[in-house]
Amino acid sequence: MTDEPLLRVSALSKFYGSRVGCDNVSFELWPGEVLAVVGESGSGKTTLLNCLSTRLLPSSGTASYRMRDGQFRELYRMSEAERRFLMRTDWGFVHQNPADGLRMTVSAGANVGERLMAVGDRHYGKIRATAVDWLSRVEIEQDRIDDEPRAFSGGMRQRLQIARNLVTGPRLVFMDEPTGGLDVSVQARLLDLLRGLVTDLGLAAIVVTHDLAVARLLSQRMMVMKDGRVVESGLTDRVLDDPRAPYTQLLVSSILQV
Amino acid sequence: MPTPLVVSDVAKSFTMHLRDGIKLPVVAGVSFSIKAGECTVLGGPSGAGKSSILKMLYGNYAVDEGQIIVKHEDGLIDLAHASPRTVLAVRRQTIGYVSQFLRTVPRVSALDVVAEPLVERGEERETARGKARALLAQLNLPEKLWALPPATFSGGEQQRVNIARGFITEHPILLLDEPTASLDAKNRDVVIELIAAKKAAGVALLGIFHDHDVREAVADRIIDVTAFASGKLAA
Repeated sequence: MTDEPLLRVSALSKFYGSRVGCDNVSFELWPGEVLAVVGESGSGKTTLLNCLSTRLLPSSGTASYRMRDGQFRELYRMSEAERRFLMRTDWGFVHQNPADGLRMTVSAGANVGERLMAVGDRHYGKIRATAVDWLSRVEIEQDRIDDEPRAFSGGMRQRLQIARNLVTGPRLVFMDEPTGGLDVSVQARLLDLLRGLVTDLGLAAIVVTHDLAVARLLSQRMMVMKDGRVVESGLTDRVLDDPRAPYTQLLVSSILQV
Repeated sequence: MPTPLVVSDVAKSFTMHLRDGIKLPVVAGVSFSIKAGECTVLGGPSGAGKSSILKMLYGNYAVDEGQIIVKHEDGLIDLAHASPRTVLAVRRQTIGYVSQFLRTVPRVSALDVVAEPLVERGEERETARGKARALLAQLNLPEKLWALPPATFSGGEQQRVNIARGFITEHPILLLDEPTASLDAKNRDVVIELIAAKKAAGVALLGIFHDHDVREAVADRIIDVTAFASGKLAA
């Protein structure tokens, strides 16, 4: 384990005019750590995720990322091209709706291969072999490689989106409600798959979810957001088993027991 | 004998914000230490705060006051004030925990549930699975269940998976929250043997055992938790 975090976020705020998106958020994320950001709709968790992944620029605050050469770089001072390069190579972003993260009209294999070509791979045979390997890791049958994701079920599309994101060996993956809108059995399969991949690859991940069960299963640490602010943070099992903030207690007590 | 864990003046209460912020005191002035090679037992009636104490020692409950000093790697750490990252490292290397109930993960087999803590400590998956098989066999869990996720197992079967998961590693400190509550006599005896083996290996154990026979068989020392009742201090 390294002694330095992968990501340092300090006093990050985003305002939409006078409306608060997220307010004064600070945290550090280490390699191999999964951080869950929970809260209900409108709590600012997606705004935070979009700022961190530089899809949105914050109103104030800083975020610095440790590059592969070990140097910290200030995310919001990078050029657009540098940020895009980071997004294509060292980061992944798994959207709630797979259609936002996939190209629906090119084949599954091309969806995965495209990310490889973006990092400079040019050998068709190798790209195809890697694509086949990744599709099998996310449990997509090899004979579906030439099909378009349009012809896939929701769960398959989501697994394909994960393969597309992980094929370049990213060190940090952002996920926005990765299991939202899926049937529970499909959700369980996806969670199991994500857990395995995150552990095997030693990924760091920031997962936004409103589902506390998903947070418990995937993350070691948790931040609870309300009205754009972090009201509580800590070890996931500590926050869920001994919630301290009034809002966290309300959230935890609202979980339906099966 | 070395002292791997010292608890001093720990206090814990719950503030119920959904009940107009009433404060429920749990324990106060908790002070004790545990020794390597011994099994210390927390005694006292239900509701005295035994499980809460174990959960604080595992970082699962926050601590209001006091210190929990644990020997971790080559230094001492105050768990009551440690960062989440440090608590995770302590759990991986130093403190193991057998909870009262198994928290199951969908689609993960009983064998992998048991092997997981070893894999997290860097053991090869197949070696870890080998140890997991041996432990599950020792605990008389039918082999046909090993490849299945434990969600649909009976209470006793789940508890044996949970015990195997807790005992598979060589953590120097092991916390046990009623590990024998839903076991039959034969398997209770297996747990007593497993605890004896841990003691012989120099592990410091701290447990809650409602079962009188098990307590008699394993306890070197009993700490009466009613002495830490929150009301006592004020009175």
